[in-house]
Amino acid sequence: MKNENLYNYILGIADNSLILGQRMGELCGHGPSLETDIACTNISLDLFGQVRSYFQYAGKIAGDGRTEDDIAMLRKEREYKNVLLVEQPNTNFAYSIGRQFLFDVYHLAFLEQLQKSTDLTLSAIANKCIKEVSYHERFSSDWVKRFGDGTEESKAKMQEAINDLWTYTDELFHQTEADKAMVAEGIGVDVTKLKEAYYKNVGELLEESTLEIPESKWFQKGGKNGVHTEHLGYLLSDLQYMQRAYPNMEW
Amino acid sequence: MVKEKQNIDKKLIPILEAVSDPEIPVLSIMDMGVVRSAIIVDELVKVEITPTYSGCPAMDVIGDDIKKALKEAGYNSEIDLILHPAWTTDWITPRGRKALEDYGIAAPLDAEADKDVLLNGKRIVKCTNCSSQNTRLVSQFGSTACKAQFQCDDCQEPFDYFKCLK
Repeated sequence: MKNENLYNYILGIADNSLILGQRMGELCGHGPSLETDIACTNISLDLFGQVRSYFQYAGKIAGDGRTEDDIAMLRKEREYKNVLLVEQPNTNFAYSIGRQFLFDVYHLAFLEQLQKSTDLTLSAIANKCIKEVSYHERFSSDWVKRFGDGTEESKAKMQEAINDLWTYTDELFHQTEADKAMVAEGIGVDVTKLKEAYYKNVGELLEESTLEIPESKWFQKGGKNGVHTEHLGYLLSDLQYMQRAYPNMEW
Repeated sequence: MVKEKQNIDKKLIPILEAVSDPEIPVLSIMDMGVVRSAIIVDELVKVEITPTYSGCPAMDVIGDDIKKALKEAGYNSEIDLILHPAWTTDWITPRGRKALEDYGIAAPLDAEADKDVLLNGKRIVKCTNCSSQNTRLVSQFGSTACKAQFQCDDCQEPFDYFKCLK
């Protein structure tokens, strides 16, 4: 492929939204209340919409007739480039909210920079997505506050979720080969530069929520290079089931 | 590249105005502001539409409905989805805003007011049933991606508010 770095770069961005969208979609009909159920699936829908824009563009770049559906449904586990954070399961609602919040703060900062990309398609997608993601961030940070500053039990659960998910945050700021190549061309975002503000913003909200900022300095990584936690395989078997069972089926 | 202004062939306007938003049937896609251009090139109508939200499932239907309406008027057409410039609620026409209100969906306020409503719980969104401003946000996410849920504390009516998007 001529533009392999750009292709891989787009997949790196889009896979985060795809996998997180699938996780939030799992809550459809299972949310703790009707309003939160609808909110989670709305977020899922936004993320899937964003994924379509990215994958349609990636398909064009690949130039071999592969479609958005092929890219979403027909890769193997090791070919998905999402960060480990977004594939973590919906252990309880505090985990779903914690995962969303830790990703949203990053996602907003990332899209802000991607709007400045010299690639006009990527900057247009970023410009569109950022408006939606700012709603996601409001929703997730509101719930972190409500749980943290809520009852003894909600606080304990929120703290446990943040502590567990914390180990997956550092990976957000690792650069892949495709990242480095795209940053050099002015197309990509230098994620290493987002790290300081990220931990500052997240820390401030945790403090406001009367939660402790985890002290652990040990971080897990691998997702960006296709080395995932055991949870992704199960998620993909759900996500890919229809295309695997009935190849080329259309909606 | 930037097409803030619409570019629509006058002959096509009545045809496009007859196409409605599948999720808000009282609203024409023209009043919604999603049609950015429609021009006739060698007997083929080229239409550009832009999504309200990335994941809006109505976009595919809107594309199909435009094709059908143009076909009935004797035109073949080609629909392109464009993302730039991104759609904003400012593109909803005054007639569109009125249609929303009449249908029971509160029309978007401006961006600053929106922030006040959604973040600080300021009571300025008017109830679509009794016009009281004694309303409160139930959820930032509603029945479709573009709406939030509200309730009126005077008449108790639950209603949708069309979120401001800029």
